[in-house]
Amino acid sequence: MGRETGLTLAVLAAFLAIVLWAEAAGEPFTITLATRAAIFAIAGIGLNIALGMGGLVSLGHAAFFGIGGYAMGILAHHAQLFLPLAEWPLQIGGTNSMPVIWLVALATSALAALGIGLLSLRTTGVYFIMITLAFGQMFFYFMVSWPAYGGEDGLSIYIRNDFPGLNTLDPIQFFGLVYAVLLGAVGLYGMLHRSAFGLALSAARQNDRRLAAVGIDPFRTRLTAFVISGALTGLAGALFADLNRFVSPVMFSWQTSGEIMIFVILGGVGRAAGPIVGAASFIALEHWLGGVSDYWLIYLGAILLGMVLFARGGIVGLLLGQARA
Amino acid sequence: MPEAGADAVLQARGLTKHFGAVVASRDVTLDLRAGEIHALIGPNGAGKSTLIAQITGELAPDAGRVWLEGRDVTGLGTVARARAGLGRTFQISALMMEATVLQNAVLGALGRRGTAFGGLLRPVLGDPELRGQAETALADVGLADHAGIVASELSHGQRRQLEVAVALTLQPRAFLMDEPMAGLGADGTRALTSLLDGLRARAPILLVEHDMDAVFALADRISVLVSGAVIASGTVDEVRRNPEVRRAYLGEERAP
Repeated sequence: MGRETGLTLAVLAAFLAIVLWAEAAGEPFTITLATRAAIFAIAGIGLNIALGMGGLVSLGHAAFFGIGGYAMGILAHHAQLFLPLAEWPLQIGGTNSMPVIWLVALATSALAALGIGLLSLRTTGVYFIMITLAFGQMFFYFMVSWPAYGGEDGLSIYIRNDFPGLNTLDPIQFFGLVYAVLLGAVGLYGMLHRSAFGLALSAARQNDRRLAAVGIDPFRTRLTAFVISGALTGLAGALFADLNRFVSPVMFSWQTSGEIMIFVILGGVGRAAGPIVGAASFIALEHWLGGVSDYWLIYLGAILLGMVLFARGGIVGLLLGQARA
Repeated sequence: MPEAGADAVLQARGLTKHFGAVVASRDVTLDLRAGEIHALIGPNGAGKSTLIAQITGELAPDAGRVWLEGRDVTGLGTVARARAGLGRTFQISALMMEATVLQNAVLGALGRRGTAFGGLLRPVLGDPELRGQAETALADVGLADHAGIVASELSHGQRRQLEVAVALTLQPRAFLMDEPMAGLGADGTRALTSLLDGLRARAPILLVEHDMDAVFALADRISVLVSGAVIASGTVDEVRRNPEVRRAYLGEERAP
């Protein structure tokens, strides 16, 4: 336990060090890449709560990522056009305030996770994977065919949203904000992991008959985890939309669900630092291999295959394994 | 309608379960009285597992009812029956194999508390009450020195002890133990037999067991299940002398 915590802190410190170096060297593009990686890491930590702690292989987390993204897109869209969101019974306008957008993203994706979880958590194994995938696709096609918010073309937001006291358009300041959220997500993961709830969730994964036999409902335990997981991934979606100042149905696509899962598997399922290492490696590979070949995903596939076959603990598992030997 | 004496902690009345044309339980009536060990024996395929599943709530009976401390629990699932006070151990150890012995026991204590949602963010192993209950149960079964070991590294016998410890942390009103001696050697069986012997004072035990030496050593009463029906029920001596039981189950060569 102690060694893994140490590694998590080292990964977080290294992440920050790279960005500070980029800032000093005047490399804003690297900072933007790092911000992207940090946002993906938050989405991955969200999924890791379901997948790593609870053993819930969700292939529908793009739904929450997209809902968070559209929470930002829709609120900011209304704000920039001065269109009210609702006129009755209350006049509600859009907003450019990140804290408000984050709360809306958390609440809406949690609600969606509650609904999806209530229906899909009655199944297990491959059926659960297929049902979560199907829900993700439902959201995808809904957004493609809903014309009010750009349909297939998505929504452009011209100015990044505001956070009190910060200039969010400055790459390093926006990174700082995202990094703070990442620290919060890692902290949340660690606390859940050690908590009574984490123990129950871990029992639901390892032996749910045992959990039921001590009088704790495995379904409710999984559902709670799924809601927390979805909400955190939704928050990452809102940040991702703000990073790009653009949202589109691609955020809802099954490829997005697959990428979030790749971050977790590449980094290490059930490891606090796993999604950070996974997302950062993914972004780095995308950047460098993408420069070598347009078909870089083939190489990513080969690497992923190698990880799954020979290093099932992911990169973090490899690091900890070597430290142990 | 529960007409048996008030000392029956757990009662099954008229439990019947069909799977297609197969009758797995045929009007089974059993009761477990305070302070006793009631053994349920029967040859393979007699329907013991189906009967247990109906008592624990994993299977709904086609007919019949189950009472726990005078309360009708027939409509309740496994979770609710555990909360109502039914503590069970599994035939095949059902433990968190990746977790430590202590964590496994703390999970039981958590179940006793009734909610896992109260402490979302506090470290569970830092809770003195849960930890105390878990450590007491581990000491009771003789695993106090193994608290920090991962369950998958325990020997088979130690896993059986841990099963009992987890059930103990629940402080149940009645135990249901499904072949606790399964796979144990002579020493392990002896140790577990003396452990169970002392437990009946805390809560009565419905003991499903194949090991006849353990059954004869422990049981206050025995019920014999054959082809889904109870063919005999009584004290150890009564059951041993019952000619039907000798014929159906014990076999002449095993008859004492």
